[in-house]
Amino acid sequence: MSTPEQAEADRAPGAHQSGRARLRSYVVGLCLASLLTAASFAAASSNLVWAPSIPVLLAVLAIAQMGVHLVFFLHVSSAPDSTNTVLALAFGIFVVGLVVFGSMIIMANLTHDMMPMDKLLQMQR
Amino acid sequence: MIDSIDGMLLETGADALPLTERGPASPRVVASFGFWLFLLSDIIIFAALFAAYAVLSKHTDGGPSGTQLFDTRHVLIETACLLASSFTCGVMMIALDRRSLLGTYCWAILTALLGGTFLWLEVSEFGDLVHGGTGPTRSAFLSSFFTLVGTHGLHVTLGIVWLLVMMIQVFTLGFRPMVLTRMLCFSLFWHALDIVWIGVFSIVYLGAG
Repeated sequence: MSTPEQAEADRAPGAHQSGRARLRSYVVGLCLASLLTAASFAAASSNLVWAPSIPVLLAVLAIAQMGVHLVFFLHVSSAPDSTNTVLALAFGIFVVGLVVFGSMIIMANLTHDMMPMDKLLQMQR
Repeated sequence: MIDSIDGMLLETGADALPLTERGPASPRVVASFGFWLFLLSDIIIFAALFAAYAVLSKHTDGGPSGTQLFDTRHVLIETACLLASSFTCGVMMIALDRRSLLGTYCWAILTALLGGTFLWLEVSEFGDLVHGGTGPTRSAFLSSFFTLVGTHGLHVTLGIVWLLVMMIQVFTLGFRPMVLTRMLCFSLFWHALDIVWIGVFSIVYLGAG
């Protein structure tokens, strides 16, 4: 996956560069995260955005903010020394997607197939 | 101390030894990678609770829905507290790596206070809900709400206890590699809780689900 020249020792998740670069990363992260949070709360209660699109907008803002937290607070990067961290993260996201969307699809399908409540009550009589 | 050993290995090792002959990684790397895996599995637990909430959020059984119950301004303050505490936790880690005792304690106390404020706001919200007859037994929606948000609150409580224990360890054991590794794990935990909270406020309180 990585050539011998690129191969370096593994880096601990959340470990760092120098102190000053880290501080800058935390400050930038805080600014971006505050901005995205403010945008989420503003979008949820605003009339400026077409109402049916608000859930999609909120989802996009939330995913963006999670990305900001991962990069600026947890220092997840695409550098070769954090390959293990990123691979584990990718698998975690995959399982989370399976659990959440799988459950929602299955439950929606079951609800769709269920007999309407009034009919069910009629049959029980 | 471990850091400098790491650095030496990096400089000399990268040229001299191929990856397969370098032996196991340092305890700091191994411990924090293991903790990273734990955090991912913890997030999968939250994913299951999120899925339950998404399925049950419309099943209010004639009771109040989320938009009628939740106070957005209250949640905004909670979010601000948790985000700020994530930041102070990061600065605390920088102070820790500089071996600054005063800096570490100041930022740790700030982190714990912000986390405590978040928790207090959440508990008061829960208290209001239960007092108003909308406790977890009222409807499937409220059961899943209390489970999801309560589990997150429980994690924050454990995080604060962990931080206080670590402050005692810094005092009694000093800046040993073992203590530094534990602190690194704590900071990962604290940042991960903030990431989960992004999902909570977007889906539960702002209603993206």
